[in-house]
Amino acid sequence: MSTMVATNKKGFGATLWDYLTTVDHKKIAILYLVAGGFFFIIGGLEALAIRWQLVKPMNDFVSAGFYNELITMHGTTMIFLAAMPLIFAFMNAVVPLQIGARDVAFPFLNSLGFWLFLFGGIMLNVGWFTGGAADAGWTAYAPLSTTSLGEGVDYYVLGLQISGAGTLIGGINFLVTIVNMRAPGMTYMRMPLFTWTAFVASALILFAFPALTVGLFLMMFDRLFGAGFFDPAMGGNSVIWQHLFWIFGHPEVYILALPAFGIFSEIISTFSKKRLFGYTAMVFATVLIGFLGFMVWAHHMFTVGMGPAANSIFAVATMAIAVPTGIKIFNWLFTLWGGNIQINTPMLWALGFIPTFTLGGMTGVMVAAASADFQYHDTYFVVAHFHYVIVGGVVFALLAGTHYWWPKMFGTVLDDKLGKVTFWLFFVGFHLTFFIQHFLGLMGMPRRYWVYLEGQGLDLGNLISTIGAFLMGIGTIVLLINIIKTSVKNEKVSGDPWDARTLEWAIPSPPPFYNFKQLPLVRGLDPLWVEKTEGRKGMTPAEPLTDIHMPNNSFLPFVMSLGLFIAGFGFIYQKYDLSWLIVLFIGMGITLGCMLIRSVKDDLGYHIHKEDLKKEAEE
Amino acid sequence: MSEQDVLNPEQMPHDPEKATLEGKNKFMGFWFFLGGETVLFASLFGTYLALKDSTNGGSTSEELFGLELVFIMTMLLLTSSLTSVYAMYHMKNHDFKKMQIWLGITVVLGLGFLGCEIYEFYHYIHGEHFTMRSSAFGSAFYTLVGFHGGHVVFGLLWITALMIRNAKRGLNLYNAPKFYVASLYWHFIDVVWVFIFTVVYLMGVL
Repeated sequence: MSTMVATNKKGFGATLWDYLTTVDHKKIAILYLVAGGFFFIIGGLEALAIRWQLVKPMNDFVSAGFYNELITMHGTTMIFLAAMPLIFAFMNAVVPLQIGARDVAFPFLNSLGFWLFLFGGIMLNVGWFTGGAADAGWTAYAPLSTTSLGEGVDYYVLGLQISGAGTLIGGINFLVTIVNMRAPGMTYMRMPLFTWTAFVASALILFAFPALTVGLFLMMFDRLFGAGFFDPAMGGNSVIWQHLFWIFGHPEVYILALPAFGIFSEIISTFSKKRLFGYTAMVFATVLIGFLGFMVWAHHMFTVGMGPAANSIFAVATMAIAVPTGIKIFNWLFTLWGGNIQINTPMLWALGFIPTFTLGGMTGVMVAAASADFQYHDTYFVVAHFHYVIVGGVVFALLAGTHYWWPKMFGTVLDDKLGKVTFWLFFVGFHLTFFIQHFLGLMGMPRRYWVYLEGQGLDLGNLISTIGAFLMGIGTIVLLINIIKTSVKNEKVSGDPWDARTLEWAIPSPPPFYNFKQLPLVRGLDPLWVEKTEGRKGMTPAEPLTDIHMPNNSFLPFVMSLGLFIAGFGFIYQKYDLSWLIVLFIGMGITLGCMLIRSVKDDLGYHIHKEDLKKEAEE
Repeated sequence: MSEQDVLNPEQMPHDPEKATLEGKNKFMGFWFFLGGETVLFASLFGTYLALKDSTNGGSTSEELFGLELVFIMTMLLLTSSLTSVYAMYHMKNHDFKKMQIWLGITVVLGLGFLGCEIYEFYHYIHGEHFTMRSSAFGSAFYTLVGFHGGHVVFGLLWITALMIRNAKRGLNLYNAPKFYVASLYWHFIDVVWVFIFTVVYLMGVL
């Protein structure tokens, strides 16, 4: 029986094929986690190389050109190939379970989104092996990017285009999933906060990523097909790139940060044994941040010369975001207040996050003041600010989420002692690295410079910063050891190891591939907790045991993405030799051919029969 | 709902495109997708407006554009949107044959539009030596109008593939959402063209 295959032991080949063709959101979550984790390590190594170059004045560890590639690829990798996919890993692993769904709305597209991201990520990194990766900064400002020699920036453009398409698909998928697939009784105002933040982040993805798509197309046309969008010699205007990039780029910050807030909301509520304080205000603040996130993009461009009127408007709009964010900070504190607090690894990360992120928010208001920003702009003050937000907010959340949802994803609990070691190494390392950078920036150290002179008071600060970076590296190694140790030990846990509140903890860990045998009836916020307080062990089913409809696996998403990957090389190298157009046509042919097959070949899925479900329950 | 009910329903519901959960998902997901497409075209329009006078000493929009051909193109595409409405009207009345006929007319009108656009571009490139590489204005013009043209090509291929694939088996609850979202896509292309007509051509000659 097809339904029982999943429980049997399989060989390596069968497992590999299973993951290449899977449309199960839980397996795709694991794929995102592994791929995102891999790129996180790559990006981290690039960061360590940057810090090692800056450990002493006039260091010659790397060349100036290679340093440019390192900073560019560090930023691009961390944002697009580590943080985004890791967010998607938890969205995939958790959101369908939290709303009581059996899968996402578009399982096929879910798989396509992952493979597009992965092939895009590989494409970005191909540049390392063909004479130099992208070197124009992660923001790729024109005309630096349009005049950069070699193919590095071309790989940046094509790689981001491919992986961006995957992200857009993922965003639409989660929007529809959350609107259409909620279990009976799961109203909008009963959705767990992680689901809410995933919902708003998906809406931001939908409306932000197309601006990047256009920006990348224009840059591709400029670099590869002789267009003149950003070339003043042809009447072009390089500031257009900055606008398009930041119309995408600023919402992107909230695409990352909102789900991070969601993760912490779940953790703080679970381990304080209290419902989230001010749930309604939290939802309202989330939506408001999402909305305001689109109104502030030009605060990245205060020094471009937009004039005092535009600068003032964007400065005020930016400061306004501090209000809903402040609401969130206070609500987390009030959730802790009087709670029965249990301090374990996820909770440590949450407690470390609150002051760290508040510092990032404080400096955010400082750089939002347009006149003062002329001093901060392009210095290490800005570097310190956005690392406090992105690492102190997002990376902390991802590490917390890893420890919190590991049991749900893999059925084992990560070692708490090693987890705490990871936290302290990483937390102390983080503040050592970045706190001092505020002062380096205020002393005038510009970002993106590969060397600095002796005797300018920058030596000690940079040394401390580098030591901190290596502490973070060691913390990450401890986490990897923890993962290996836990996997080898393989001590299975129950479905609800944290005595938690939301629906994902109402089913076994890891969940069966159909998630819920019977869809649960949701009777309030924190539905599992509602049942527990009334003395029940699990959820009340909302439907009798019936046949379950499941989607078919498919290899097409992999091949479609591979086609675009191949076509990318054709797009790039036709600038030297038009015979590469053949590669372009082959690649696009593969992708469009797969789309045609998908369109004309019926894919109705299959059913798990209720007799089999009963039999399984008896075993 | 079993496969039999989806492929050969005993009774077609009034809204066959939204009768199944898959159909509902597709319907809503496609609307969201069109929301993203709106941002895509808005970005292209913004770029065009910023660069439309940056002709770099080359051809200007007043010299290039004439409203006669664009008028014909507009009529063709607006009419094709109407005929796709007729097709969906017949889908809702479960008249597969008439739906196919009206979709066929939609495709023919779309091809007419595409022919005119290819003629127009050919004329600019070879007659006026106005290309994507001439000026920032040229880059912006071909990118905006070309993206729209690319959407027309994709829409035509999509609708044609659906018509051929389902010609023999008729309408069911599995393919009705597919036809429906393809027609939504076609309407979207039409709406974008209305803006191109106004912003690019009318504002270009007036």
